[in-house]
Amino acid sequence: MIAQLIFGLYVFSLATFVGYQVISRVPPLLHTPLMSGTNAISGISLVGSLVAAGSDHNQVSTILGFVAVACASLNVVGGFLITDRMLRMFKRGPSGKKTEKTGDGK
Amino acid sequence: MRESLLSLCYLAASILFILCLRGLSSPEQGRRGILYGEVGMAIAVVATLLDKNILSYQWIIAGLLLGSTIGVAISLRIPMTKMPERIALSHAFGGLATSLVGISEYYKHFGGLGAAPHEPMHPFTLGALGFEVFLGSLTFTGSLMAFGKLQGLISGAPITFKGQNYVNLSLFAAAGGVLAYKVAFPAENVPLFYVVAGIGFILGVAGVLPIGGADMPVVVSLMNSYAGLAAAATGFALNQPILIISGALDGSSGLLLSLLMSKAMNRSFSNVLFGAFGTDGGAAPTAAGGAARPYNEATVEDAAAVLKASESVIIIPGYGMAVSQAQHAVRDLAAALEKRGTEVRYAIHPVAGRMPGHMNVLLAEANVPYDALFDLDMINDDFSRTDAVLVVGANDVVNPAAKTDKTSPIYGMPVFNVEQSKSVIVLKRSMNTGFSGVDNDLFYEPNTMMVLGDAKKTILSLVSEVKESHGH
Repeated sequence: MIAQLIFGLYVFSLATFVGYQVISRVPPLLHTPLMSGTNAISGISLVGSLVAAGSDHNQVSTILGFVAVACASLNVVGGFLITDRMLRMFKRGPSGKKTEKTGDGK
Repeated sequence: MRESLLSLCYLAASILFILCLRGLSSPEQGRRGILYGEVGMAIAVVATLLDKNILSYQWIIAGLLLGSTIGVAISLRIPMTKMPERIALSHAFGGLATSLVGISEYYKHFGGLGAAPHEPMHPFTLGALGFEVFLGSLTFTGSLMAFGKLQGLISGAPITFKGQNYVNLSLFAAAGGVLAYKVAFPAENVPLFYVVAGIGFILGVAGVLPIGGADMPVVVSLMNSYAGLAAAATGFALNQPILIISGALDGSSGLLLSLLMSKAMNRSFSNVLFGAFGTDGGAAPTAAGGAARPYNEATVEDAAAVLKASESVIIIPGYGMAVSQAQHAVRDLAAALEKRGTEVRYAIHPVAGRMPGHMNVLLAEANVPYDALFDLDMINDDFSRTDAVLVVGANDVVNPAAKTDKTSPIYGMPVFNVEQSKSVIVLKRSMNTGFSGVDNDLFYEPNTMMVLGDAKKTILSLVSEVKESHGH
């Protein structure tokens, strides 16, 4: 059990580090899509909800699982859709080619 | 065999999630990134459905259908001005989902109120479940409160009472104490675990109510972080690395954004959380003598004349632009000016609007190319070389008191050097103060013109004024 905890802490620390590195490269321009995108990804708790709703253990767990599946899938489906809808709107201007203009504030 | 296949699918999904976030480092790659994320999610969900612990599918299918239908309906219809509200709501749903998964897992092992324990649980698993349920519940009600404030269902002013912070801290300590007790004696007092969820729900409400409307960008970011941590705790409790990884990604994103937002307001984290700053936007506090200060009230024609005479214009949008839905009119005005050969750029403050990046999304929706949008650091030295600045519904981010007046509540906040430009046109509903309740000296400067009224109407008249003369 302790080995499992330590393994989990490894994964958590490394993922936090990778997350920090990757996300600090996201320009302020895209902070709203970033937030709705990470929100969609955190809908991965759907994985836990699916097992809760489908394992037929007892009625209470099943119903709680059902509500959790609905909430999580709402976030997953809605989150990805709306992030894509936002990103589709970001367009470079006709004059934008002149210099290699970065939007990333650095 | 089936187990290892499942793990490999989760590994692939985790890698795709990281690639998804990496795609967001530029607008060109963003959509491909989202595609990676969608594929990763599809792999993870399909793999889970083949899990041997899943025996029946009717509730799963019902839940998936219900959630996806609502998700699609909201995402396709919601206007971009309502993005902060949607994000707050989705944090609430995410928090509720993790909290319920945790409660359901606990119930599976120990049963409900007063029931005898069914199956033993390792104290460490129980501790992780406790964190999950506590953070999930707190995120649920906290985000609902944030939604209420953004939507105007609850007053944007901080709602406070004496000793509030002590009450909240005691509640927090109580949750920690109960959880520690449950970890030490997992089989005793089974219902006590549900108290942790209850305290989480209460703390979410009590923690967000005292935070003012203008601080919502930080609250929303913070809730993003909590939702992530709750998901990571689920991963610890269910021994699922994919949940730990996604939770950590979400958590670090939320934390990074909250820190950026706090920095952009020059406020510490604790000050935002416990400071109860801001008002609902009341009347301007008059000077010590009680007399209203004089300002230049200008007509649309005056403002149009200034804009037409300018070679370079910087537009500063604020929350007021979102409120009056003026982003399309702003774009038209910029187009009319550009037609005359005027250079038009936009200056976007990190905390403009009600969530990080809010203004960028609104302007992108109105077809403003993103290379005309500039961050605070990129444009702040250019104001002295600019003929006219047009402030559309922004207030605190152009308040010079942040640089000069040590007694001002917003002192130290990085603001635009607007007063250095030749002339400033401020579009504002009235002379009332903004959300922070701080009066703005910029409005009384001799080179500032105040055009009062609805921003959208004013800009539309400006557009026709600018266009008209062009025809001559």
